[in-house]
Amino acid sequence: MKGAILGKKLGMISYFAEDGAQVPCSVIEAGPCPVVQVKTVETDGYSAVKVGYREVKEQRVNKPEMGLFIKAGVKPVGNITEFREYNGDLQVGDVLTLGQFAKGDKLRITGTSKGKGFQGVVRRHHFSGVGMATHGQSDRQRHPGSIGSSSYPSRVFKGMKMAGRMGGTKITVRNLTVVDIIEDQNIILIKGSVPGAVNSVLKIIKL
Amino acid sequence: MNKLRMIENMTKERALEVRRNKDGANFVEIPEFGPGDTINVAYRVVEGEKERIQNYKGIVIARRGAGLHQSFLVRKVSNGIGVERVFPLFSPMIQGIVVIRSGKVRRAKLYYLRGMSERKIRAKLS
Repeated sequence: MKGAILGKKLGMISYFAEDGAQVPCSVIEAGPCPVVQVKTVETDGYSAVKVGYREVKEQRVNKPEMGLFIKAGVKPVGNITEFREYNGDLQVGDVLTLGQFAKGDKLRITGTSKGKGFQGVVRRHHFSGVGMATHGQSDRQRHPGSIGSSSYPSRVFKGMKMAGRMGGTKITVRNLTVVDIIEDQNIILIKGSVPGAVNSVLKIIKL
Repeated sequence: MNKLRMIENMTKERALEVRRNKDGANFVEIPEFGPGDTINVAYRVVEGEKERIQNYKGIVIARRGAGLHQSFLVRKVSNGIGVERVFPLFSPMIQGIVVIRSGKVRRAKLYYLRGMSERKIRAKLS
């Protein structure tokens, strides 16, 4: 991994490329992310950098975390995240910024998708529904149909696709392209959509 | 949300800047226009290496969208065949827009002009 940062989704806009093409873009406010800990294979068994995003009030941080910040000598930050296998000469107290990225870079972005609530099988698993609207049927149009056989096995198999909570899960999108970077505003524009609602925190990693 | 608006304005400025750089002294601001107006859109066409300007004249029958994403729909009748074309309002490919005639209409979307004869349309727009 050569570049990584934490950011906040701001929304989407249109963007005109040099050749006049209209590109749908996600706007992400990313960084600065101070490094609060550097983990190495010798001391921790794996290598990673632990970073935070957005300063938080001191009273919002619990004592063990505060100890980490005091040791690192950085102001308390929220959204503590580890980036594994970060190969770069980073010291505690360094700050990750958008300077690591360039136009045209390919990214992997991880976030929490929007919660959709309790959804039926048609929306959740793209079932096609069972019945017809006519021929005496009145209430089978969005049903799952059979969920298994009868006396054998006398149970429903684990993992059977059914209605339930949808969304609100961790989603990773790969191969997203950087369209533009406005470094003094900490803004990165990415072609296409990214997971999650506006203001949700995203992990941005260079492929 | 405000920050997003700010970024949108910045990208809008950037799109204008592209036009300014391309046209230099020939740069013209995009005028105000609405549905019913007869306009001429000078649009850049890239042919291989070269770039030339193509004029497209017709009646604005709809404007849609907000912010940087706004677009407008222009209808004209070419050799007896109706042609409708959507232009992004802030596209750097637009060289200029000239309002030839402004029309008086009561509707925002003039889809009812489709299939009308030219004489009828003229009567409708004045």
